[in-house]
Amino acid sequence: MSRRARLWVLAVGGLGLAVLLFAASLELPGFGGDWHPYGVRAVEAALARHTSNVVAAVNFDQRAFDTLGEESILFCAALGTVVLLRQTSDEHRVRPEPARVAPPVRRYALVALPVTLLIGLYIVAHGQLSPGGGFQGGVVVATALHLLYIAVDYRALERIRPIGLYAMADAAGEAAYLLLGAAGLIAGTAYLANVLPYGTFNTLASGGTVPLLNAAVGVEVASGVVVLLASFLDQAVEIVDADDPDSSGRNSDQDNSGRPRAPDNSDQPPAPDTSGRTPTPHNPPEEKPT
Amino acid sequence: MSVLPYLVAGWIFLIGCYGLATSRNLIHAVGCLAVCQASTYVLLLAVGYRDGGTAPVFSDLKPGTRPVVDPVVQALTLTDVVVGATVTALLLALVVQVGKRHGTVDPDELSELRG
Repeated sequence: MSRRARLWVLAVGGLGLAVLLFAASLELPGFGGDWHPYGVRAVEAALARHTSNVVAAVNFDQRAFDTLGEESILFCAALGTVVLLRQTSDEHRVRPEPARVAPPVRRYALVALPVTLLIGLYIVAHGQLSPGGGFQGGVVVATALHLLYIAVDYRALERIRPIGLYAMADAAGEAAYLLLGAAGLIAGTAYLANVLPYGTFNTLASGGTVPLLNAAVGVEVASGVVVLLASFLDQAVEIVDADDPDSSGRNSDQDNSGRPRAPDNSDQPPAPDTSGRTPTPHNPPEEKPT
Repeated sequence: MSVLPYLVAGWIFLIGCYGLATSRNLIHAVGCLAVCQASTYVLLLAVGYRDGGTAPVFSDLKPGTRPVVDPVVQALTLTDVVVGATVTALLLALVVQVGKRHGTVDPDELSELRG
């Protein structure tokens, strides 16, 4: 189909959909209305189970089985990304050069790292009390670890990031969620039922299984995000295919799209013999041409 | 105008579809898909809003003193965000492989089959 015909089909379809959406939105309950039957019941159920963050109660208690599916999607997506971005036989790894970091950047990132890590763990632990939980806190924890890449360099990040260990932690988080669900079966009720004592309202040990499920999700999300980012960062920094005859062209493509090699083209005087076949995967300012 | 947030959600969805259909770069297409998905966040949160409502968190709020917004759709939005982020990562991994194997990420140039 030509580009023009495609745009016409798109215009007709989009117009039709716009009309349908407009008609449908007129039939929806008015914005800001008072009629929220499910919301009212969810709040009642959460308060009855001593969980002050109702969103966490919905996610990890009332609709915990749905969250199991969500967590499995996350797990499968991480698995799929690792498989898709694995090193193939025609590629090899180049050890990243140590890079020099501006002192203020290094200082700030090294100060921010433990603070961010602590905030992430706090958000995971307080998911049943205040906005947050395993998903949000897990992402914060994973981000905190990557501050080391900004503060030092890729080698330092690799030292605190043994991928195998994080992949296992990812699987362990998923398994912990499944097993916590099975606790309901052992106690004689339904799968993923909230079987633990509900505790005192508005304390850290409230909500029954909600904090435990939050912790399992936190472990899975944190390690899953670390593994995901590692796959992408390895592609950008370490994995090259120098034996491939068209690799030089591809490397120059990467330079144009803002990949790490761009700075040494602009900041340094053009060094002879470094273009073309020599892949420079990282941005080492004092890099020697090989 | 009480339907405006719903219309905004519809508009975001349509603009994302337009971007998907006219995209010349797969990375851009993945971004457009994320825009389409963002429309569902707007729709869900708009459905759950209540005038004068506050967050459904009772750690510093006495139950019954103030109306709260619908927590069910907020939980759905959280699910939506997480799934959207991971699926985006998976799609970008696919784009990386397409770029490596075919040397282009323009969907119009990817029509031929190759083993």
